[in-house]
Amino acid sequence: MEEVKLMKGNEAIAHAAIRYGCDGYFGYPITPQSEVMETLMDEAPWNTTGMVVLQAESEVAAINMVYGGAGCGKRVMTSSSSPGMSLKQEGISYLAGAELPCLLVNVMRGGPGLGTIQPSQADYFQSVKGGGHGDYKLITLAPSSVQEMADFVGKAFELAFKYRNPALILSDGIIGQMMEKVILPPFQPRRTNEEVRKECPWGTMGKTDDRTYNVITSLALEADVMEATNRRLQAKYRQIEENETLFEAINCDDADYVYVAFGSSARLCGDAMEMARRNGVKVGVLRPITLWPFPTKEIERLAKRVKGFMVVELSAGQMVEDVRLAVNGCVPVEFHGRTGGSVPSSEEIWDVTQQKLIKK
Amino acid sequence: MKKEIIIAGFGGQGVLSMGKILAYAGLLEGKEVTWMPAYGPEQRGGTANVTVILSDQRISAPMLQVYDIAVVLNQPSMDKFEPRVKPGGVLIYDSNGMTRKPTRTDINVYCIDATDKASEMGAQKTFNMIVLGGLLKIDPMVAIDKVMLGLKKSLPERHHKLLPANEKAMGIGAEIIRKTA
Repeated sequence: MEEVKLMKGNEAIAHAAIRYGCDGYFGYPITPQSEVMETLMDEAPWNTTGMVVLQAESEVAAINMVYGGAGCGKRVMTSSSSPGMSLKQEGISYLAGAELPCLLVNVMRGGPGLGTIQPSQADYFQSVKGGGHGDYKLITLAPSSVQEMADFVGKAFELAFKYRNPALILSDGIIGQMMEKVILPPFQPRRTNEEVRKECPWGTMGKTDDRTYNVITSLALEADVMEATNRRLQAKYRQIEENETLFEAINCDDADYVYVAFGSSARLCGDAMEMARRNGVKVGVLRPITLWPFPTKEIERLAKRVKGFMVVELSAGQMVEDVRLAVNGCVPVEFHGRTGGSVPSSEEIWDVTQQKLIKK
Repeated sequence: MKKEIIIAGFGGQGVLSMGKILAYAGLLEGKEVTWMPAYGPEQRGGTANVTVILSDQRISAPMLQVYDIAVVLNQPSMDKFEPRVKPGGVLIYDSNGMTRKPTRTDINVYCIDATDKASEMGAQKTFNMIVLGGLLKIDPMVAIDKVMLGLKKSLPERHHKLLPANEKAMGIGAEIIRKTA
């Protein structure tokens, strides 16, 4: 049994990466996620597991190093915060186009622009609607605790390799900077080159006699070839939507009203839910764990039964659009958000819920 | 059991580490804990604060509007957090550098002259442990031996020689804290 430790979400990501047998980390520092690389540098895994940890000259360089490593079938990752993730978007589109598995981590801060270092969830659209160009999807996991920061590193690598697709952990300054109890995963050795070749026969690990050479590219100048690629991608995305949607439903079974919130916002809604229940109002929380694929079916199902939804985000309202699409006008969907690094209190959330949704 | 605590002061006073030691002790007692710092630019030369929650149950929000206990170690922190103590709650302050006394009458107010005591002892760095000792005298939410164990685990071994001085500082804090309202 692993010891229970106390650490920040960012630190948990770093420890988990080493323990899940990550081959390489490439990043560039930015608040509020700098502890990811700082912890990796402190742990110096190149001395133990052989994992590479490299501070690149820029975010653009880091994401392209990820492309290179992923092209060889290696388990590689990068992390950043909002402005840095914007810089990485071209590389992310290329990774998705070339169908390369990798782990991306965004510890969101307030924007737009250089914004603030305080927490935000305003990169939802960028993450799930395609921040780069072209029709692509990122498998997007939204942790709401330090434990999930650690666990989702393993989950993200698993899904990325299962579907040959980049996977993103979309966190924020609250979950990244907060310390909580965490049980780290047991150490898994890095895969040997033989194991990598077996798991990733498409990888550019050197040509062997039994096959022609492998090509990693997102380029296909002929329209019919590129359309075939797009068709393959879309078929894969439908499969992911079918099989990999994750959510947590808290007290939704008897609820008249349901909060829909992810990550840190879901934590704030948890307290608002308790305030509601103390006042005799049956409220639940639906927390999407995968933001893409989105738990549309579960929201559709709840919409047939509940009186209304309250969506809470640290943004001007992004995920609320997906909730409205799922609810499809059946019941009211109200929204409360704070922006620019401000965080609503649970009291504020409960007050607004009463004003906008319940007393209406 | 659920305790919601804010510890606030100047950057460099050991506010964040005091919160971490408290959270660690809570963890060692098998409680759920969260430690949420204000990590903004305000830390540089301005105020630093950390919200620590200890609970027997799963903790939802790690950031709060009101607190059971506020430990305020400079004037801006008193101004900000005195109004946010729950009625019947606890406010602990160090009078050093304060320009006014707390005014609330519906809460329990304690003064701890930890800055003066620490310099009198010639051990300024144990300031936060004096405050922690005072806090745990008023509300023994975690056992002192768990605090010491937590400190031992979070300090690098080369600093373990400082453990007795820290334990002594907590004892002094427990002695000098006094109720003022």
